Amino acid sequence: MSWIICGSVPEEGFPLSLGTWRMEGEQLRADGTMLLPHGGTLSDLPVQRGTPALIAATLQVCQSLNLPRPLALLTGDTGNGAGSLALYAFLSGWLATTSQAIAGMTFHYLFPNVDGHNRILLSVRAYAEKHTAPTLVADAGFMYAAKMSGYADEYDLFTPDAGELAFLADENAPHPFYTRGFLLDSGIAPKELAQRAHAHGNCARTLLIKGAVDNVAEDGMLVASIDSPNVPYMEPIGGTGDLVTGTVTGLLMAGLPMHQACIAAAKTNRLAGALASPTPATQVSELIPFLPEALLQALADFSV
Amino acid sequence: MALGIGKLLNLWKTPPPSPGAARRAPSDKHSGKGFLVFHNTGEVLRAERLLRNAGLAVEVKGPPAQLRTGCDMVIVFDVLFEPVARRLLQKEHLDPLAAVPVSDPLLEPVSLFNTTDYGEWFMVRAANMKITVEKRTGTIVNVSGGGCPDVPWLAARLSGRRLDDAEEPCIRGQTLCAYALHKAFVEARRIWREGV
Repeated sequence: MSWIICGSVPEEGFPLSLGTWRMEGEQLRADGTMLLPHGGTLSDLPVQRGTPALIAATLQVCQSLNLPRPLALLTGDTGNGAGSLALYAFLSGWLATTSQAIAGMTFHYLFPNVDGHNRILLSVRAYAEKHTAPTLVADAGFMYAAKMSGYADEYDLFTPDAGELAFLADENAPHPFYTRGFLLDSGIAPKELAQRAHAHGNCARTLLIKGAVDNVAEDGMLVASIDSPNVPYMEPIGGTGDLVTGTVTGLLMAGLPMHQACIAAAKTNRLAGALASPTPATQVSELIPFLPEALLQALADFSV
Repeated sequence: MALGIGKLLNLWKTPPPSPGAARRAPSDKHSGKGFLVFHNTGEVLRAERLLRNAGLAVEVKGPPAQLRTGCDMVIVFDVLFEPVARRLLQKEHLDPLAAVPVSDPLLEPVSLFNTTDYGEWFMVRAANMKITVEKRTGTIVNVSGGGCPDVPWLAARLSGRRLDDAEEPCIRGQTLCAYALHKAFVEARRIWREGV
């Protein structure tokens, strides 16, 4: 059973590609056979933030737990959406014909486009009728599109930060940029925001809410809070949320139940932060080497 | 970006630019405002900068529900200045898909900022975007948040640059996240210039 991570690389000429990657120092390197639907040449990817950081975190989990690596469906996109639209078109066609057993899919930095999102969701539904339904995880731009589409509740997991939770809770906002102030900055508790998002069908069944305190919500109810170790300097570091989403992806690949995977992923990220002793100027690539040790500690604490 | 253009054009037929445009549209009587629709958010950012620099009072807002595709903005303007705006835009090869009278309230972008003091650093958040700056030098040390694909690209361009030297994110940004980052950037620069 494979898991597919779908996202973008912030390089204009980076080709649409499907295959596996491995860590080579602080970079990702294509490994094995790569499907390149439109041709092109792959370069090594620096792990700074975004989908490469997510993949790096998943690879750390896979290596630590001796799991096969995930497939990555990547596209080059620096914001005009063309690369993301190409990915949407390819994936919806590929899902219709593949015989591969897919355990789950994680969607990440993609241009939020409702038409593209809906095409993929229809393809996933058709795939599930022929095979088994994959676990669906969404974060970042694809999560925005999922919410705006009105089909957010077909997903198993969203991983918003506190601001994105307010967006999910705002039934009128099509993008976090339009989140109404009374939800965004009035200090409404995550518990109420999660309830509101769920009540309007604007979130996945499970939410892993990343913040000063990480929270896990299931069906709109908070079921776990993770607040230690507390490393306040983690919030300014770009990409820490990507590490959490990558870690939870790896733990779901390992077969952990959703609830446990979310708690362990949040704990792992906090422990990695504590081990790295970061400042607000620390880069996410400096945290990644601490993930394996943090993961082992988190799983030990968790008695998994 | 596929913007449901056919749907859009069926809803609103845009007359070609003409001197008469400023006198049209009885439905403008309520607000005197219209909005310009573009192919993509990148064009909106360019157009906003151009029109503002020309002294026109414009605002960026969210389009009505029937025009939304996922990452959308429109430019709200005074319909009296439509011919002027169109001439300015044409000079820069910006061709709005439509000019539509404002008849219903449009979505307001986030206008609140949240600032966190980290001692030697401070962080400004606008919507889902955060930018962190070293107080002593004004150097941008981190950019976090966001979900649109130009965020990692813009973050890489900004990190390590000083606020008074870095290119504003709206110049190359093409998404709503980029626009939110731009707002955080401008606010951070204001705070830093005033002395933190």
